[in-house]
Amino acid sequence: MSMTPLTATAGRLTSEGEPLNYLNNGHGLKSWLLTKDHKRIALLYLFSVSFFFIIGGIFALLIRINLLSPEGLFNPDTYNRIFTAHGIIMVFLFLVPAVPAVLGNFLLPIMIGAKDLAFPKINLLSWYCYVVAGIFLTVALIAGGIDTGWTFYTPYSTSYSNSNVLLAGVGIFIAGFSSILTGINFIVTVHTMRAPGMTWFRLPLFIWAHYATALVIMLGTPVLAITLSLMALERVAHVGIFDPAMGGDPVLFQHMFWFYSHPAVYIMVLPAMGVVSELIANLARKNIFGYKFVAMSSLAIAVFGFLVWGHHLFVSTQSIYLGIIFSFLSYAVAIPSAIKVFNWTATLFKGSISYDTPMIYGLGFIGLFLIGGMTGLFVAALGIDVHVTDTYFVIAHFHYVMVGGSLMGFLGGMHLWWGKITGRMYPEYWARAAMVIQFVGFNLTFFPQFILGYLGMPRRYAAYPPEFQVLHVLSTAGATILGLGMLITIIYFIWSLKNGERAPANPWGASGLEWRTSSPPPTENFLETPVVTWEAYEFAPIETMDVLGYPGDPGKPSQPVPAEHGTED
Amino acid sequence: MALIETETAPERIELHAEHHPHLAHHFESMEQQREAGTLGMWWFLLTEIMFFGGMFLAYTVYRHIYFDAFAAGSNVLSIWWGTFNTAVLIASSLTMALAVFHAQMGNSRKVVRFLLFTIILGTIFLRVKYIEYSDKFEEHVFPAGDFRWPIEHEANRPNNVGDMLLMLIGAEPLNSSPQGPEHAFSVKVTTKYAEKGPYYGVGGQVPEEVQDPGFGGHVRMYFWLYFAMTGFHALHMIIGIGLLLMLAWQARKGKFSREYHSYIELTGLYWHFVDIVWIFLFPLLYLVDRHL
Amino acid sequence: MIHHSLLAMSWMLPEQASSYAPEVDHLYEFLVGTTIFFCVLIFAAILFFFVKYRRRSSDEIPRPIAGSMVLESAWTIIPFIISLFMFAWGAKIYLQEYTIPNDALDIYVVGKQWMWKFQHPEGQREINELHLPVGRKIRFIMATEDVIHSFFIPAFRMKEDIVPGPNRYTTVWAEPTMTGQFHIFCAEYCGTSHSGMIGWVTVMNDRDYQNWLSGGAAEGSMADRGASLFQQLGCITCHRSDAQGQCPRLEGIYGKEQLMSDGQKVVADDSYIRESVLSPLAKIVAGYQPIMPSFQGQVSEEQIQELIAYIKSIGPPETTNATPGTMKGSTKISAPGSNPAAKPPIMTTGGATIVAPQTEKAQPAQLPQQTPGQNQ
Repeated sequence: MSMTPLTATAGRLTSEGEPLNYLNNGHGLKSWLLTKDHKRIALLYLFSVSFFFIIGGIFALLIRINLLSPEGLFNPDTYNRIFTAHGIIMVFLFLVPAVPAVLGNFLLPIMIGAKDLAFPKINLLSWYCYVVAGIFLTVALIAGGIDTGWTFYTPYSTSYSNSNVLLAGVGIFIAGFSSILTGINFIVTVHTMRAPGMTWFRLPLFIWAHYATALVIMLGTPVLAITLSLMALERVAHVGIFDPAMGGDPVLFQHMFWFYSHPAVYIMVLPAMGVVSELIANLARKNIFGYKFVAMSSLAIAVFGFLVWGHHLFVSTQSIYLGIIFSFLSYAVAIPSAIKVFNWTATLFKGSISYDTPMIYGLGFIGLFLIGGMTGLFVAALGIDVHVTDTYFVIAHFHYVMVGGSLMGFLGGMHLWWGKITGRMYPEYWARAAMVIQFVGFNLTFFPQFILGYLGMPRRYAAYPPEFQVLHVLSTAGATILGLGMLITIIYFIWSLKNGERAPANPWGASGLEWRTSSPPPTENFLETPVVTWEAYEFAPIETMDVLGYPGDPGKPSQPVPAEHGTED
Repeated sequence: MALIETETAPERIELHAEHHPHLAHHFESMEQQREAGTLGMWWFLLTEIMFFGGMFLAYTVYRHIYFDAFAAGSNVLSIWWGTFNTAVLIASSLTMALAVFHAQMGNSRKVVRFLLFTIILGTIFLRVKYIEYSDKFEEHVFPAGDFRWPIEHEANRPNNVGDMLLMLIGAEPLNSSPQGPEHAFSVKVTTKYAEKGPYYGVGGQVPEEVQDPGFGGHVRMYFWLYFAMTGFHALHMIIGIGLLLMLAWQARKGKFSREYHSYIELTGLYWHFVDIVWIFLFPLLYLVDRHL
Repeated sequence: MIHHSLLAMSWMLPEQASSYAPEVDHLYEFLVGTTIFFCVLIFAAILFFFVKYRRRSSDEIPRPIAGSMVLESAWTIIPFIISLFMFAWGAKIYLQEYTIPNDALDIYVVGKQWMWKFQHPEGQREINELHLPVGRKIRFIMATEDVIHSFFIPAFRMKEDIVPGPNRYTTVWAEPTMTGQFHIFCAEYCGTSHSGMIGWVTVMNDRDYQNWLSGGAAEGSMADRGASLFQQLGCITCHRSDAQGQCPRLEGIYGKEQLMSDGQKVVADDSYIRESVLSPLAKIVAGYQPIMPSFQGQVSEEQIQELIAYIKSIGPPETTNATPGTMKGSTKISAPGSNPAAKPPIMTTGGATIVAPQTEKAQPAQLPQQTPGQNQ
C-alpha cells in the first residue's frame, strides 16, 4: 500500500465546530430539493425508494393474506389489483432503482475518486422523474387500480381491462427516463472522471457491476418506453398494432416487452452482485479471487442478458426452433453467474472472515442467489418450462433472485456503508438478529412455492384448489416473519440516526477510496484529489491507510506492499 | 494563475487553478468536461436509436406480413413533399455543421447566422409536415379518427416545385386539380392496384359485403406507424429547434468562445441524429413499392 | 407406472398422467439432484471457510491470493458441459411435446373469459369438463374468443397459450396414460375471474368413454352441425359441389396444398380454413375473385370448428407427411374409428332457397371492441 503524500489541508468547520460534511453543508428543504450533490440525491432516492418498498411490501402481505384460504379472502378484482400493484411498485419503483440509484449514486463517484457524477443536474432530474413516475403510479393505484399484472399483456391491457393502464404506462415511461439518466451518468462518469491512477482494472467490482448495469439500462429501457407508448396509443386509438382483431400480433408485444424486461432482471441483480463483491472482499480482507473473471462476467451477463428474452415465450406459440435457440442462450447466461458464485466462495479461502452483519448478508446473498440461479436452469430447460411457466415455480425462482439476490445485496450494502452515509453505525446485535429472521422468513415464504408450482398452482390466482392450502399457509407464515425482519431493520436504521455510535472513517478496515474520506464525506468527497497507486482490494493495517486530507486522522507513512497480485496468468 | 495539467502518467497533479468561468466545479479541466458532455450525448443518442428501433421493428414485422397494404398506404403519401423535406433536412445538417465549425473558430456572428439558417430549415420541415398531416386528416386516413379506406376524396398534392412553394406559404397551387391526368397519386395507385381490386386503391366503390376488416385495417396500421414514427420524429425536431433557439440567443449574447462551445457541438450531434432518422424514415414510409 | 429416482419427492409431484410426464419428471429430478449437489458443495465450502478462517484478531491481514486459471477454467467449463446436457434433454422433451402426432383424436377447445368450452368430433359439447379416453393420443385444437388464455393440465405436464388472431389455431397434444380426474387451469392471466377459469379433465377407459359418448349428444356430430351451418350461413350458395366456378370447391381440400393468387402455396389446415372464414381476403385461391364476405362476428369459434369438421368430412383425407416440429398442427387424421370422415357429403341437400347472409348484423357480444372505420 502506498500513497503519494498529499499536502493536508485542514477540513473546514461548521459554525458549531463540527467538520463540514455533505449533510451539514446546507440546511433547509431547498438545500435538499435543489441539491446537485450525488450523495444528497442518493439520500433523496433512499427515502423515496424505501417509501415505495414499504408500500410494495404491504401489498405483498395482502397477497399472502388473501391466499390463506382457498377461496381467497378478497374478491378476485381486488386481488388482481393487489398483485399488479405489488409487481409494478416493486419492479419499477424499488428493484430497478434501489441499488444503482441509492448506493451507486452515493458511492460510484467516491469509489473512483471523483467529486461528483458527470452531470449533477441530470442526476437531480433523474430523481424528479422518479418522483413524477411515483406520483403517476400512486394515482393509478389509488384511483381504481390496475388489473393487468405488471406485464401488461395485450390484448387484455389494450382492449379488455377497465383499469388505469394508461396512467400506469405513462408512469413507467417516466420511470424509464429516470433510469436512463442515471445510466448515462454512470457510464460517462466511469469513462471520464476516474482519479489519477485509477485504471480500469483497479476499479472496485462494484463499479464494474454498475457499468454493466448502466449498459443494460441504456440499451433496454428505451425499448420498454416505446413498447409502452405503442401500447398506450393502441389503448387510446385501437389501431391494431397489438390487436389480433385487426391483424396485429399480441406476441410482438411480448417480444418487445421482454426485450427490456428480461435484461431488467440484470438491472436489478447486477448492482447487487457488485455490492456482494465489496461485502465479501472487505469483510474477509481478501482480494476477490479471479478479479478479472468477476469483472468480465458482469459484462458478459449484460451482453448475454439481451439475447434470452424469448425464454419467456416458450409456450406463447413462438416457433419451437426459436424456443430451442433461446433455451441454449439462457444456459449460456447462467455461466457468468456461476463464475461469480465460485469466485466469491474461493475469496473466503484463507481470508480473515468477520462475523459482522454485512458479511452475513453477503453469504445470505450467495446462498439464496445460488438457489435462485440453479432453479433458473429448471425454467431454461424447455421441457420443464412448459410445465412450470406461469406457475408458482417461476414466482419462487424470481423471488429467490430478486429478493434473495437484489434485496439482500441492497440491505447488505446499506449495512456496510450505513456509517459512511449517515455518520452513525447501526446496532450490530439487532442487525444480525434481523438478518437471520429475514433469511428464515424468506425461505419459508418462497421455498414452498417451488413445490406448489411444480404441483401446478398457476400464478395470479385469487382462489385455488384446496389441496394447495397447506403450502400457501406456510408461505404466508414465512411472509409474516420476513415482514417482521424488515420492520426491525427499518426501525434500528432510523434509531441509529440519532443514537448510533459515531462512525469512523473506516470502520471495517476495508480497502477502497470511499474509506479514505471522512464519514460522512465532505461535499466534494475528498479534500484533495486522490491519486491511486494501489490495486483493487489491497488491504493494509488500518493505521497505514491515510484518510485523505485530514490531519487529525492517523496518517502514518505508507508502506509499500509486495506487488504480487492482480495477475491471473 | 492558469490551469496547469501535467500528464505525467499515471497520476495527474493538479495545481490550484483558476477555473474557466464555465468549468463546473466537479471537473478538473475544460477538456474533461467537454469529453464527458460528448460521451454523454453519444450514449443518449444510442438510447434514442433503441427507442426508434422498437417502432422500426414493428414496421418491419407488419410490412413483411401486410406488404400490399403497406404499399397501398405508402402510395397515398406525397413523394414530392417527402423528397422536398429530405432535401430540407440535409441542407439543415449542412448549416448545423457550419455553425459548429464557426463555433470552433470562435466566430460568434457566423454561429448565430448558421444557427438561424438551421432553425429556418427545421421550421420549413415542420411546416411541410403540417401540410401533409392536414392532407391525411382531410383524406380520412388518420388512424385514430374517422379512418376510411379506400380514400373517397383526395387532398391537393403538389407535383412540381412551384406548387410546393405556393403551398408552403398557404396559397393555392396553380396546378390544383387533384384528379388531373398527370396526377402522380391517382395515376399510380389506380393503375397499379386496379387489377387487385378496388379496395386496394382510390375512389372505387367496394361492395359492402366484400369489405374485409383485413385490408383496410392493415392500411390503417401502416398509417398508424406512419403517424407514430413521423410524429416522434417531429417531436424531436421541435425539441431540437427549441435548443437551437436557446443557443442562438446565448451565442448572440457572446456566451460561446473557442474554448467553450460544447453545447453547440452536442446540439449538432443531436440534430444530425434526428436527420439520420429521417433518412431512414423517408424510404421506409414513402417509397414502399414505388418503382413505377 | 411411477418410477422416481427420488421416491421421497413423490408428494411434490402431480400425478404422471400423460405419456411424456415421466420424462419431464426425470429431467426435473436430475435438475433437483444437480441443484442439491452444487448447493451442498458451495454451502459446505462457505460454512467450512466461515468457521476455519474466522477473524481471530482485529488487525490481521491475510495474504492476498491472486487467483487460478485452472480453477477458473474448471468452473467455467464443467458447469457449461452440465448445462449443455440439461439443454439438450429439455429440448428433446420439448420437441416431443410439440410434435403433433398423426393419429390423434381431435378435441376442439375454445377459451373465453372465463370458461373452457370443449367439442368432441362426435358432437358432445362440454364446459369446464372434459372427458378423454385413456391411451389415445389427443390433439387439442384451440382458439380464444377474447384475450390470451393458456391451456394447462398439470397432470399431463402440458401447457400452451392460446393467442387470439384470425389466422391462428394453437395446437398441442397429450396421451393420457392414467384414468382419473385432473385439474384444468388457465395459466395466462386473463382478467377478473382468471382463477375461476378452471375445470376437470376426466380420463376414462375406452369402454366408459364409448358409453359416455353414446349418452347425451343429440345434436349429431360436429360435422353434421357443420353441414347445417354450411347451409344456414349460405356458404353452399357459392361453394357448391356442382361448381359453377365462382368459388373454390371444398371437397377433399383439407390438408392439401392450395395455390394462392400471389403464387404462395398454403396447406388447407384448420388455421387456414379459420382464416378464410374470418378474413377471406387475406389469402385468395388462384383463379378466383376476392368476393367472399367476412364472417367475423357471425360465427362463434365453436361454429367455425364445426365448419372445419364438416369440410374435413367431405372428401377423403390424403396421407401427406406431417411436418414434425411445427406449432400449427397442419397434420392430417388418418382416420381411426372415431374419425367422422366416413360421413357422406351433405351437399346434395343444398338448394337455391338459401338466403344470403345479412351483412349488417349485430356485433357479437363477446367482442367488446369493434373495428371502427372500415365502413363508409
